[in-house]
Amino acid sequence: MTPLISRVWKFGSDVDTDQIVPGRYAPYMRPDEDVGQFAFIEARPEFAKNARPGDIIVAGENFGCGSSREYAPEALKRRQIAAIIAPSFARIFFRNSINLGIPLFISSEIATSIRDGEYVGLDLVNNLLLSESRQYILPPLPFFMTEILKAGGVVKYIRQYGRFPTA
Amino acid sequence: MGQTFAEQILSHSAGYNVKAGELIVVEPDLIMAHDSLTPSIIRIMREELGIEHVHNPERAVIVIDHVAPASTLSIANSQNLIRQFASEEGIRLFDAGRGICHQVLIEERLAQPGYVIIGSDSHSTSYGAVAAFGTGMGSTDVALCLATGRIWLRVPESIKINVIGRFQPGVTAKDLALKIGRELTISGANYCSVEYHGLQWLDLPSRQTISSMAVEIGAKAGIFPPSPTIKEFFHIPDWLKNDPEAEFVRELTIDLNALSPQIALPHAVDKVVDIDKVAGTKVDVVFLGTCTNGRYEDMKAAANILKGYRISSTVRMLLTPASSRELQKASLDGTLSTLIDAGVTLITPGCGPCMGRHNGTLADGDVCLSTGNRNFRGRMGSPNSSIYLASPEVAAASAITGVITAPKEI
Ligand code: SF4
Repeated sequence: MTPLISRVWKFGSDVDTDQIVPGRYAPYMRPDEDVGQFAFIEARPEFAKNARPGDIIVAGENFGCGSSREYAPEALKRRQIAAIIAPSFARIFFRNSINLGIPLFISSEIATSIRDGEYVGLDLVNNLLLSESRQYILPPLPFFMTEILKAGGVVKYIRQYGRFPTA
Repeated sequence: MGQTFAEQILSHSAGYNVKAGELIVVEPDLIMAHDSLTPSIIRIMREELGIEHVHNPERAVIVIDHVAPASTLSIANSQNLIRQFASEEGIRLFDAGRGICHQVLIEERLAQPGYVIIGSDSHSTSYGAVAAFGTGMGSTDVALCLATGRIWLRVPESIKINVIGRFQPGVTAKDLALKIGRELTISGANYCSVEYHGLQWLDLPSRQTISSMAVEIGAKAGIFPPSPTIKEFFHIPDWLKNDPEAEFVRELTIDLNALSPQIALPHAVDKVVDIDKVAGTKVDVVFLGTCTNGRYEDMKAAANILKGYRISSTVRMLLTPASSRELQKASLDGTLSTLIDAGVTLITPGCGPCMGRHNGTLADGDVCLSTGNRNFRGRMGSPNSSIYLASPEVAAASAITGVITAPKEI
């Protein structure tokens, strides 16, 4: 399979959910609008304007800290962000993303070596990331979570199997 | 082998002994949803999961607190949908004005020691104040919980915080919560449960302040061992007790005798300094409220400082009591009247301006000193505003002078 060619959007550490989608842009506040257009609307307007389907986010430690708002990862999903890679994630964001079927990878190596604006090849079948200079392995998550991701999210998993995956 | 409080509570819920690191599926004792996420929770449950009814409505609670009362037509309509859902499903609803979900669940004794409580709000760690395992989740998880009565969890490792000494005058639980953030950082307790030891003497409102802020260090839960102060109001199951053999991934000691008022600087909860580093910084808005510091005791502490003073003419001071009952307590003994005399603006009990959605949204350039728990950029309104976090005592002192001020200066 030809890997997907993705632009990298690089972020620092401790990106909070108020940066991803400020509370004032919640679907509750603006019910008729697509939350996807508000992803990083204030913190990084170029992202809000220019992120394309298949692009990826590479961030520092503790990506997604703060509130439980699922519309933060949902906004990224609606923008069809193909993967998020960071050395660590905040726990609610992590759960929400798995539940929504957004591929997450924990890797300090990628987070330190890949640059903003770089184009990389993303191969989600073989869990590989290809940059111009080298190839990185995308470390898989625990079985329980990869099962949910494979189904396209926890709602789809439960609809298909009528139960949670076995640990 | 010993068990932490998280392991004890999750073992009891699972029906077998669980250990940190295990993935388990449990039936929460209580599921809480608030108005901000309930519309999406209903949609996910009914439309995406295709499940019409709540599995066990007796274990569910809905609170309208995030935008209360409604500020726009679309929110008003959403809130009516929530009311209709609650009545159709037989779920207990606390409507706009009753108060912040975390305060109401404790006041109503719905949160109980030893419970597993899942809330659609990250500050659900607050229930650790009554020795419950409370944790926040997103819409899909809460929808699944309501629809199936079950949830998956990873049993967290635990961090033990040993507190020694006593608060010095003008220093409070909020300063301890900020100090913990300063020591552990915003991600220091990621995926972990935090236990607060050495505070058997601490009252319930102060425990709520500290547990609410467990999530600000990334924690999944922030649990106080049950104590005589809790026993007065809550039943403590006999299997829930301090286990000296429990294993922790990290221990930390904090000496209250050496603690001074703490301030979190914009725009990070863990950018904390002693107050003298920033004393004199001009503030435009002082906000007294939130699930962290909106209780009667917080209003009382502010009133004790504001008594006989007017707030500075350059400051707007907003008060959002954490609940109607807390507001009532403050109105019965003159606390409220003292605050109003000083020039404070009273807002309906609830979240108020904490999330920047209504009731005092910050403008470009505004500097706010808040008793809340988060100061991320844009949290309370304009991305060009800034938020300092501090105790109610510091908030009151600063409202008088118009600049960040230690309580002892008044
Ligand atoms: S008061 Fe603020 S932090 Fe607490 S539940 Fe409401 S919005 Fe969240």
